[in-house]
Amino acid sequence: MTILLVFISAAIVNNLVLAYFLGICPFLGVSKRLDTAVNMGLATTFVMTLAAVITWLINNLILIPYNLPFLQNVSYIITIASLVQLVEMFIRKTSPTLYRSLGIFLPLIVTNCAILGLTLFAALKEYSFMESLFYGIGGGAGFTLALVIMAGIREELEFADVPKSLQGAPMTLLIAGMLSLAFMGFAGLLSV
Amino acid sequence: MASSSIKKGLTYEFKKGLWTENAVIKLLLGMCPALAVSNSATNGLAMGLASTFVVMSASTFVSIIRRIVPKEVRIPTYIVIIAGFVTLADLFLKAYFPPISKSLGPYVPLIVVNCMIMGRAEFFASKHTIPPSLADALGTGLGFTWVLVLMGAIREVLGSGAIFGYVFMGEDVFTPWVVMILPAGAFITLGLLIGFINFATSRKSSKGACS
Repeated sequence: MTILLVFISAAIVNNLVLAYFLGICPFLGVSKRLDTAVNMGLATTFVMTLAAVITWLINNLILIPYNLPFLQNVSYIITIASLVQLVEMFIRKTSPTLYRSLGIFLPLIVTNCAILGLTLFAALKEYSFMESLFYGIGGGAGFTLALVIMAGIREELEFADVPKSLQGAPMTLLIAGMLSLAFMGFAGLLSV
Repeated sequence: MASSSIKKGLTYEFKKGLWTENAVIKLLLGMCPALAVSNSATNGLAMGLASTFVVMSASTFVSIIRRIVPKEVRIPTYIVIIAGFVTLADLFLKAYFPPISKSLGPYVPLIVVNCMIMGRAEFFASKHTIPPSLADALGTGLGFTWVLVLMGAIREVLGSGAIFGYVFMGEDVFTPWVVMILPAGAFITLGLLIGFINFATSRKSSKGACS
C-alpha cells in the first residue's frame, strides 16, 4: 500500500518538475516535439529507476554503516554519471535502433537535476528499498508526464500569436506555471 | 574567442555575468534553483551567495589544474571538484545557519548539478588563467544572486506581504496572493520577468535549452 502511495505521490501529487522544479533544463529544452519528449522521458525514467536503487544500496550498505554521510553528494553524482555512461554503452551494443532514438539524450541526463534530486529526496525521506524503487519509477513517470503534456501544448502553440518578447522560454515558463496550478488540484489527494 | 576576451580585461569578464550574459535571464542556466528557492528574499540571497562561493572556488580550481587534466575525463573531474565545494558549502550552512540550511533543504546539494557552474568551468575556467576565471565566476555568481534576490523579493512581497521576513503589509490592508509562494508563482514570476526584460531591451531572447 505504501508503495502505491509513494508511486502516486512521486508521479502526480509531488511532481518533480512542477512541484520541486527539478529537471527544468530538459523540460524547457526538449519539450518542443512530442516524439522527442516521449523518448527523453523514457530514457530519464530508466536511469532514474536504476539510480534510485543503486544510490539506496550505496547509502544503506556503505555510507551509513561507515558513518560517511558527508560523501553523499560526491558518491551520488559519480554513481549517476557512471551509470549513464554504462547505460549508453549497453544500449549502443544491444539495440542500435534504441540507441539512435535515445542516444543523444543520455549525456544530457547526467546534468538533469531531477535524478540527483530524486536520490537525495529518497535518502532524506529514509525510504526502504522497495519504496526507493517505486519512488524512482514514479518520479520518472511524473517527469515523462510533465514533459509530454508540455510538448503537446507547445506543438499547438506554434499556431498561436505569442507577443514577441514572450516568445520561447518566457512563454514556456508561463505555461509551466498554469500546469503547476492544475497539478495543485491533486494536492489534497494524499499526504506522503 | 578566448584570446579576445582576455584583452577585454577583468572588468569586462566581471560585468558580463551581471547583465549581458546573465546566467538565469539571458542564458537560461541554473533555472532549477532560481525557481525553487526564490520563495523569499532571504532564501534567494543565501542560495545566491552559496552558489557564488561554489562557482568561484570551482572555477579557480579548474583553472589551476586545466593543463593537468586529460581532455577525456575533464567532465567527471569538474563534477567531482564542484561536488566537493558544494559539500563544503552545505556543511558550512548546516553549522552556522541551521534555519537557512533547513529551509533550503536538498537544494543546497543540488548546486552540484547547477549547469551554470559546470558551464563556467567548461567554457571559461578550463581555457583561462586564474584572474580572469575568478572575475568571470564572481560576475556570474553575483548576476545569479541578484536575479534570485529580485525574484524572492517579488514573490515574498506579493505572496506574504513581507520582505526579508519583515512583514510590512498586514493581513488587514493586503490579502496575500498565496499562489506567489507556491510553485506556480515561481514559473509565472520568472516567465514574466524574462518577458519584461526582453520587452525592455527589445531584443530577441537567447535560444532555450541548457546543459
